[in-house]
Amino acid sequence: MSGLALQNVVKEFGSFRAVNNVELNVPHGTFVCMLGPSGCGKTTLLRMIAGLDLPTGGAIKLDGDDITHVPTHKRNLGMVFQSLALFPHLTVGENIAYPLRIRGAAKEDQKKRVDELLSMIHLTGYADRPVAKLSGGQRQRVAIARALAISPKLFLLDEPLSALDAKLREAMQVELRQLQQKLGITTIVVTHDQREAMTMADTVVVMNGGEIRQAASPIEIYRRPADSFVADFIGQTNLLEVQADSAGRVEVLGQPIAGLALPAGASKGTLSVRPEDVHLTAPGAGALSGKVTFVRDLGGTIETFVDIAGRQIVAVSTPRARPDVTVGQEVGIALTPDVCVVLKK
Amino acid sequence: MRREPPQKLGDYAPLFFPAAMLTIFFVVPFGTMIAVSFFQRLQGGFYTPAFVFDNYARFLSAFFGGVLGFSLFLAVTVAICCVVLALPFTYMLTRMSRKVQVVWLVALLSILSLSEVIIGFAWSTLFSRTAGITNILVALGIMSEAKALTPSFGAVLTGMVYQAFPYTVLVLFPALVRLDPTLTEAARTLGASPLKAFFTVVVPALRNTLTATLIMVFIFALGSYLLPQLLGRPQHWTLSVLITDQAIYQSNMPFAAAMAVFLVLVTLGLVALTVIAGRKGEAA
Repeated sequence: MSGLALQNVVKEFGSFRAVNNVELNVPHGTFVCMLGPSGCGKTTLLRMIAGLDLPTGGAIKLDGDDITHVPTHKRNLGMVFQSLALFPHLTVGENIAYPLRIRGAAKEDQKKRVDELLSMIHLTGYADRPVAKLSGGQRQRVAIARALAISPKLFLLDEPLSALDAKLREAMQVELRQLQQKLGITTIVVTHDQREAMTMADTVVVMNGGEIRQAASPIEIYRRPADSFVADFIGQTNLLEVQADSAGRVEVLGQPIAGLALPAGASKGTLSVRPEDVHLTAPGAGALSGKVTFVRDLGGTIETFVDIAGRQIVAVSTPRARPDVTVGQEVGIALTPDVCVVLKK
Repeated sequence: MRREPPQKLGDYAPLFFPAAMLTIFFVVPFGTMIAVSFFQRLQGGFYTPAFVFDNYARFLSAFFGGVLGFSLFLAVTVAICCVVLALPFTYMLTRMSRKVQVVWLVALLSILSLSEVIIGFAWSTLFSRTAGITNILVALGIMSEAKALTPSFGAVLTGMVYQAFPYTVLVLFPALVRLDPTLTEAARTLGASPLKAFFTVVVPALRNTLTATLIMVFIFALGSYLLPQLLGRPQHWTLSVLITDQAIYQSNMPFAAAMAVFLVLVTLGLVALTVIAGRKGEAA
């Protein structure tokens, strides 16, 4: 198979299992974002793919070859570190030429490739500057160019944009995605920022506790989360406990709702509904009813907090569909089955 | 916190004590030494104030020139050996666990508590024919018979490197701890073997630290006068040995002072050259 395959990969630090039986196939040319809270094992997994850490068990294969025990410097990959790790004693050009120099490329070829890469990252003419004189965004680009200098088989990035301010980060996300699509290179990015993952990835891999909770396209992760952790971690969601009543219908907070089904064999579950899918209605008209406790009008969106029997539900609407409610008012809540996902408990 | 430049005379008060100490215990004795180096020597170990260049003139002979040359050569060799040995050692040490680091650093610090005399005698025993390390090699069948390794240049070098090694490690340690470990990792992902990464990233990134360490060990080794006598032959004696000899045994203070001043000047010259060379390299 062309691409990267992780087979049953395990990493233990003493008695602590940082990565637990990870199975993942990354087809050639895919952009994968590994997403999860800190300590979920995503960085360890990336370091094992890079060869900087050795797995305790399992195998890592690249284009069908087992690379589990191939030393890092023979893997022909490009990696961007969180700290960027630009060499302070070298200029911009020398940094980018480093992987070529190490491989003994001719001086003219090095220079040609450096010029190519500098124009790709919009820093033409910066070759002779010391890296210390660059801005954060420019350093970021230099680190990316250096990692891509040999046209690697794998492009790995560990929280690459976390040091940038919010605006620049969003711009770089788009730029990075466009670059990856142009080069068609298999790319794996580790991040804890779900917006970043949604912006860039073909496949989002959500991790927690050393395990993959779900690996799917961003929209599927958002629309069809595999469990309540994924639903809660990706975007905002309302989680409500549900159970089957005596007639086999699904009950939400004591109210049966038609069209929902529990996972096979389960009598309890968790319902996830995105705030933008929650519609407020006249009291008694919706499936549930409750009392408005707070309205946050952010201009672009309006968040309404509704208390239903002690549980809080958030509804988000746009100014066009501004709900005409005030704090303390009774409202109904409509839950249509197509926007609700019932998850395993 | 904003630091304001001192306004009143009183703001300089914290500097008075160290300045006085430096003046009394360093500037005054050094000034005296420079003055004495121009004095006229009298027979019988005395001297009278004068302004003559005899002492310097006597120094400019092939013999003393040779000793000066050897002293500088020895100090440079010790400095290079120390840095070459200590750099990989300290690099490994910074990558070990905290516990291991503490054990090693305590061991190294305990070497500092040994006096030069003890180090000298310990090594002369280790290098001796009757009780030395060659006996172990004989027992292992590597050598046919035990022999004395001292007095020799190698013995002097070993003793001095042993003595300066802990200082070298202690000077390099903070710089290596601060060195971002992802730099070497980045080099490895970019295709450099660990050894290549060490020479293309760690060594160049630490250039200034290495220069400073070389200078420190060089000056430290230049002042050594016991180990060359304990472990070497007379041709391995440094200028410091001769200065001691002139000052204490020949009672020729003016000549000893002249040699000392000359040594200081040569040392300062060499250090300045190193610093200038380092700056030039940086600019290029």
